[in-house]
Amino acid sequence: MSLSTLTKPWEAMSYGFLDGSAKRELRRKMLKSVAVPGCQMPYASREVPMARGWGTGGLQVSLTLVNPQTRVKVIDQGADDSVNAASIRRFIARVAGTPTTMDTLEADLIQSRHRIPEEILREDQILVLQVPNPEPLRPVQPNMSIARQMHADADYGRMWLQLYEQIVRSGRVMQGASYPSLVHGRHVMTPSPIPRWDVPKLHMAKHLTILSAGREKRIFAVPPYTRVEPLVFSDVPYKVEEHGHLTCTRSGTTGFFMNEIPRDDGTSSFEVSDSEWGVKTIRARDGDGESRGETWYKNGEMPQ
Amino acid sequence: MTLALDAPRIVETRPLLEVHGVSKSYKSIRAVRNVSAHAYQGEVLGIVGESGSGKSTLLRMMNLEEIPETGSYTLDLPDVSGNLFELDRFARRMLCATKIGIVYQNPHLGLLMKHSSSGNVAERLLVAGERSFATLRQAATEALDASEFPLDRLDAPPIELSGGMQQRVQLAKAIALEPALLLLDEPTTGLDVSVQALVLDTLKRLQQDRQITMVIVSHDLGVIRTLADRVMVMRRGEVVETGLADQIFQDPQHPYTQQLVHAKL
Ligand SMILES: Nc1ncnc2c1ncn2[C@@H]1O[C@H](COP(=O)(O)OP(=O)(O)OP(=O)(O)O)[C@@H](O)[C@H]1O
Ligand SMILES: [Mg+2]
Repeated sequence: MSLSTLTKPWEAMSYGFLDGSAKRELRRKMLKSVAVPGCQMPYASREVPMARGWGTGGLQVSLTLVNPQTRVKVIDQGADDSVNAASIRRFIARVAGTPTTMDTLEADLIQSRHRIPEEILREDQILVLQVPNPEPLRPVQPNMSIARQMHADADYGRMWLQLYEQIVRSGRVMQGASYPSLVHGRHVMTPSPIPRWDVPKLHMAKHLTILSAGREKRIFAVPPYTRVEPLVFSDVPYKVEEHGHLTCTRSGTTGFFMNEIPRDDGTSSFEVSDSEWGVKTIRARDGDGESRGETWYKNGEMPQ
Repeated sequence: MTLALDAPRIVETRPLLEVHGVSKSYKSIRAVRNVSAHAYQGEVLGIVGESGSGKSTLLRMMNLEEIPETGSYTLDLPDVSGNLFELDRFARRMLCATKIGIVYQNPHLGLLMKHSSSGNVAERLLVAGERSFATLRQAATEALDASEFPLDRLDAPPIELSGGMQQRVQLAKAIALEPALLLLDEPTTGLDVSVQALVLDTLKRLQQDRQITMVIVSHDLGVIRTLADRVMVMRRGEVVETGLADQIFQDPQHPYTQQLVHAKL
């Protein structure tokens, strides 16, 4: 017997880029975060060949979860074809040999920045959200160790005070994206910078959502069938962006979250933000068959 | 015909607040040593004493901000039982928010200087679980009104207000939830005499209208004399004398109290 028979053949890197111990740590932290919904778990964020702040947190989670059969979809601001989404998708496929897709319904794992797809996700799907600032208390408590104590005590008076002040000052709640939400009646989390439109999709969702911040080294999760309630006063209802009546100029679909495209004459036109939904709509219109799944919003409204 | 007379009964009420044998040290400094105190429902207990005698420390313990090495603390209120020093942090915070109000000598300790004044008051109700904006707004306005805060400055941040107004915001915050116990740490120190008189008036009126039990700390005997029913004199962390206010002021027993009263008069 020689030493070479006992060693594995040389490889340029481990499967899925991250080494075994990194993946083991991430899995443990994911299990913990599923066990305590909405609670931020610290983890040792590893180096990946991408700058911090470009989705390294989400990428590490995806790399840990994939196997060669996992079908991966990556979106950035709703689009599959933006540079960042394409790069991440290509990277995962290259280091983990995974098939990729743009179709929400076909994907096993969806890594996303800023959006949740419009089609309803299923029990067998995982959504990985990239998070820049995981701490909802940061605007009201700059000292992070006190903030952690506040989470431990469920001491969220200051968060509510912030909403009170916004209504007093501007007559309405100004918080747009990252709307603070109470998970499982216990921890307040920031649902990453998804628009208010997307927050209700997390409430009692069938799928698992994992939120990961690479720069801040925090991971938290919304397990399937978990309550996610935006912080709202009982007499000031939660409002999503008024996109329900807008029509996409490219696909003609109505009732979904739109990107505003400014025009030269000062007016704007709108394009559906979930690009794959737009593509499917166009395909259906052109008679290439119906591939659209059921959506969370129906006629521009989220059914209760 | 026989007259059925009820036998005279001894009225037995327990004090609302009872602190027993508390001691607190900071490293080698023994700030409070074996102090006991009590206050009945609706009573105003005044605490006087020289600087560094442990008055503020005692008050902080009554607000459950600090836990002594020894001693017990009870409040005779519905849903409250046992030694309050043994509560966990969460229970302590809820109790403080709903049953106890405090006004600090330094408004920076009690107020969020950059939030609106009404927001400062509303925060108390938010901590206690109130979730209706209209109710919050109204309760904050009423509490500020009750402490005679000018309502046209409702949403001004305390940092832009005068010292007297800041104390009124603190007071409004303290009384917003109709606490059973109001703790006041030198509420008038640092205010000029006329403003001092106004704040004292407000406190006196609140005491008469609402029958709140109060503990007021001051080194100003005039303030104590105006408000307190019973007085406790502290020196070097210990209680040297307690008694009815009149008794202490007319006939002080302990040499230190005598010195204090005579220096004032
Ligand atoms: N956080 C602390 N750390 C260390 N020592 C403290 C602390 N708080 C109080 N002390 C000490 O405890 C003693 C009592 O202080 P305390 O503030 O209770 O006095 P006081 O009677 O309120 O005085 P004053 O009238 O000047 O406000 C002082 O010697 C003080 O230095
Ligand atoms: Mg003091």
